[in-house]
Formats: sequence, C-alpha cells, structure tokens
Amino acid sequence: MTAPTTAGAIPKIVTRRFDNLKAHEINEYVASGGYDGLRKALTMTPTEVHDQVRAASLLGRGGAGFPAGVKWGFCPPGKWPRYLVVNGDESEPGTYKDRQLLERDPHQLIEGCLIACYAVGLSQCFLYIRGEMAHAQERMARALNDAYAAGLVGKNILGTDFSVDIVLHWGAGAYIVGEETALIESLEGNRGMPRLKPPFFPAAVGLYGQPTIVNNVETLANLPWIVENGGEAFAALGAENSKGTRVFAVSGHVNNPGVFEVEFGTTTFRDIIYGDAYAGGIRDGKQLKAYIPGGASAPWFFEEHLDLPLEKAAVDQAGSMLGSGAIVVMDEDTDMVKACHNVVRFFARESCGKCTPCREGTTWLERILSRIIAGAGRPSDLALLVEVCENISPGIAWPPRQTTICPLGPSAVSPIASVIDKFSDDFDAYITLSDRRVIPVSAAAQS
Amino acid sequence: MSRLSEASLRIAQDIISRYPRKKSALIPLLHLAQEQDGWVTDDAMAHIAELVEVTPAEVLGTCTFYEMFKREPVGDYRINICHGISCHLLGADDLIHHAEESLGVRAGSVTDDGKISFEGVECIAACTEAPCLQVNYRYMNTVTTAGLDLLVSGLRDGTVSVPKHGTLALTRQSISDDRGAGVASENDPTAPPWWPAETEGDS
Repeated sequence: MTAPTTAGAIPKIVTRRFDNLKAHEINEYVASGGYDGLRKALTMTPTEVHDQVRAASLLGRGGAGFPAGVKWGFCPPGKWPRYLVVNGDESEPGTYKDRQLLERDPHQLIEGCLIACYAVGLSQCFLYIRGEMAHAQERMARALNDAYAAGLVGKNILGTDFSVDIVLHWGAGAYIVGEETALIESLEGNRGMPRLKPPFFPAAVGLYGQPTIVNNVETLANLPWIVENGGEAFAALGAENSKGTRVFAVSGHVNNPGVFEVEFGTTTFRDIIYGDAYAGGIRDGKQLKAYIPGGASAPWFFEEHLDLPLEKAAVDQAGSMLGSGAIVVMDEDTDMVKACHNVVRFFARESCGKCTPCREGTTWLERILSRIIAGAGRPSDLALLVEVCENISPGIAWPPRQTTICPLGPSAVSPIASVIDKFSDDFDAYITLSDRRVIPVSAAAQS
Repeated sequence: MSRLSEASLRIAQDIISRYPRKKSALIPLLHLAQEQDGWVTDDAMAHIAELVEVTPAEVLGTCTFYEMFKREPVGDYRINICHGISCHLLGADDLIHHAEESLGVRAGSVTDDGKISFEGVECIAACTEAPCLQVNYRYMNTVTTAGLDLLVSGLRDGTVSVPKHGTLALTRQSISDDRGAGVASENDPTAPPWWPAETEGDS
C-alpha cells in the first residue's frame, strides 16, 4: 500500500501522529501526549470545556458543516439521559479521511468522544463504524479494550466521578445511514431511513427519543487538541468562517493522490490539486476538465474555480460545498456522460426508497443516462433529464430545494446540473451517434 | 439450517447487554449469524428475533435493508470491486470486465466451484488508492488486471489467506463488569454524576 501523504508546513491537528505507524497502540499514544486533553478537561467544569469548543468555532466535518459547539447547545436542559452517537459511516464517494483516523489514531477519537461526553453530560456513547471497514473495527476494538483496562473509559475515569461506556457498533452497508436521523434509526435496529422533520435536531429528540449528539469522526478527533491548546489557538488557524485545519482527500487523475491536512480556508483548490506538496498536478501533463470539490453530493467545479479558497462560505457562494472533504479530479479525456452516470447510479442504488421523488427520480435519471451511453439516446433526453431533476429539486438551485426528507435525492441532481450545459457536446456525441429512430428536434424541444 | 451456537449465543447476550433497548443489537447479531454460517439463515433470524424480542418479520425487514447481509450462500471469498467515481476514473470498469472474462461469470454471481463471488460495489473509502477492491472486506489497493489474476489464483491455491466470509474484526470489544459504566437507561431521568447542578440551565 502507498502511504497516504500528509504534506506542507502547516500545523497538524488530527493527522499529527500519522507519521508514527504504531500510534494506534495505547503506549505510543500516551507517550506522545495522548489523553492529556482528557486529563485537562476533567480539571475544568463541563461548561468551561463546552465554551472552549464554542470559541474554536469547530465546524462539523461530516458534510453539512454545522458548528459543533452550537449543536451541543441544542440539548434541552434537564432532560436526561443524553447520548453521543459517533458517525463513522463514511461512504460518500471520494471520501477517505475518517477511515484513516479510525485505523491510524483510534485513541484520539476515543479521547475526543470522552471530552464530548464530559462537556455535554452524555451518559453513553455509541461508536457507529461502517460495516465494510473490518480493519477499522479491529483497531477500534483493540484500542477500546486497552483504554478500558487502563481506566480511561468506563467506570470512574481517571479516578473521577466521570463514568461513560463507549460501545462499538457497526453498520452493514447503507450510504443513507450517514444521515444523522437514519443513523439513529439504524442504531435502534431498524431500516436506515431518515426521520421526518421537524424535529430537526437529534439534540432535542434523538436515540430512543432522548437528546442525542451526533458528531462525525473528524469533528471529535479535533477535541483533544482544542482542549489542550485552547479554543482560541484553534480559531487562530484558518479563515473568518472556517477555523482550524481540515483533512481533504484528493483522488482521480492526479500525480500524487493523497490525504492532506491543510489550514482551513487559506489553501486554494489550485494549491491542493497542483501543489508539489499536495496532489502534484494532473497526470501525464493533461489539462483539467472538471473536479468535484466536496464529495459526490457536491455540484462540480471547473478551471475558473481553481483559485477559490478551501473555505466554507466562499465555496457555498460559488454554488457548491466542501462537504466531506473529497476532491475528485477529472482530466481532459474524461467522458463526462459516463462520469455523470457513475455518480447518479450511486444515488439511485443508495436511495432508501422512503420519498417518491428520490426513489423514482434517481432511478429514472440512471435509466435515461444508461440509455444514452448504450447509444439509444434521444434528442429529447436532455430536456427529460432536466425535467426529472426539477421534480426532485425544484429550480435546480444551490443550495438545493427539496421535495424529500433528506438531501440524498437533490444530490443526484448535482452532477447533471453541473455538466449538462457545460458539456452538452459530450452528450450530443452520444445522441447523434445513436440509431435513426430520431424524434424531430423541434418536437423534442417542446416536450 | 442453524440457530446461533452456544458460543455465538454467549457473544450475542454480551452484545445485547450493552444497549438500553435490545433491538439495537440487531445489526451486530445479524453480523454474528453471518460470521457463524457465512450467510444469514432463516433459523438464525428467528433465533435473533427471540433474543431481541421482536418478530422474525422485523428482523427480516432490517436484514434486507443492508447490502452486506446475504440471505443465500455466497462464495468462500467475496471480491468486491469498487466502481465509485474515483475508481471509475482509473479503470474500475476494465477491472470488472476482466474479472467477468477470467472467472467466467457475470458480476454478482458465484463461480461454479463455489469458491469466488464477485460484484461491483459503491465507494469503499480507499479513493486515493484507486482502483481498489475488498476480499471478504480486506483491502487490496491500486489493483491491476494482473494483480487481480494473482489474487484469484492465490485464493484458489491457498497461498493468499483471508478470514472466511462473514468474519469482520477478529478482536471483539469486551467490557468487564468491574470496568463498565453500565447502560444509560432511557427511563432513568437523573443527571450524570459529574454534572454540576448549577450549570444545568446553561447547556
């Protein structure tokens, strides 16, 4: 296996132990300052710890980018027990960061979970790891067993009255379970379908109807550093609305695909795609055709977006999102119709089937694109694709409007909206090559 | 077909004891059944239904939602070739086509000797190592067609060994009675012991 690369002269937070290939062992972790954040947290009051996380302006690293300190504050006062559910169901195409954090530094996540439980008064933690990640489950099970034996998890942690169990739980293959209410359904033993909203936040009504904090793996992995160094030190890194560092996985047609922790908000897409310390440019000296800036759900970006910073507000404003931190690069030879079909097929397969526009719409989008690729496309198919997209997400705008409970359906619209105008030649090439059972263009335009 | 064995049952009871509601143990128990038999049998599902106190139909309902649970025997080795976007860009379709030709079966089926089944799967989170695959959920990175051939012959002649289908982590979590903090029952409305009374209105 090629070791994923971390590069550059920026401060490392969550990947700071990645150079140590034994960092997953408890002795190595403790020797490098591990569990010091927890020790420090336990000398503070829960509110003081919460205030540090608020001051850090730590944005959730799962996709939506909601501030973690604010989310924690949504628990209704006086309603007990409260639970922590860790979202380790990383499945967004292009995303490869949480698995690394689970495999290479499991104790950092355990410490982060404990800090969150202490700060918010969460009485039990469920660590939900994607089912397919056997190695991550192995590492976490060993790390938890060692941490229990060392008195760091469980009853009377480090001799205090802070007691909490972390229960290792794992899924069984369903992308939709990454949506936080679907994750809770799955953890209750049900089919992983998102819950009707409102209530919007599981912090109010979550697991077993109790207040529940759902945080992403990377979000929690930041907590030990934040408590050790203070929220202000974290907020000193990054840009106005995107503090700290963030982990991005760059894959596709690049020279040096890898996972990079960069200062949030200051590095640009050009830096991370072309920089020698990062992905090192497009393979074989080719030109860029398009890139996905934040996982398969994000609308695609092009050459003209390269100088945007990796910063939430700037990317949102430009019509996409940083999402899960997955950048997928496509060179000039990429078949955009096939790439588009690939992403749409993903959403069609992963739709849970609860809402009609998503269940039917994603399936039809996939079938129309398959027909085009098979050479049986019709001139009216482009208008038909747009019409189906409109029914899933009216106006095909960004941020998307929804006819569904969760954003999965509108996510399938993103790749089509991104490429259909920009690369209509790619579509035309397939459609004019198809057989002669052609509907007159004028009629198609009316349909 | 088999219910859970004595050994599996002990593990199952340990898992169930960690959750405020028994049904939460359903997915881990389905994995346990699949680990025992290589697939999820009807009898195992009926047994799990008794253990978590739901109907067998509810167990089946959950089971069928999740990709990993197989309700009929599969090959000893399941090769899942990733066809997510990053792998697609770097040749996943060629790899799948090659597997179909060399194994002589279509994606989604089992070879005649029952040894190997393979299929194209959605992103398995190794995008920077594309194209990639998993054999019984163990990774193989930057796979070439020659590498795939070596893997298949190695699995057939036993020079490549991976745990049998259904086995995920080889280490199980264990929480001893003296170290465990215990289940936080949804019916226990008391604040946790470390929670200072005066901050209650704050958070």
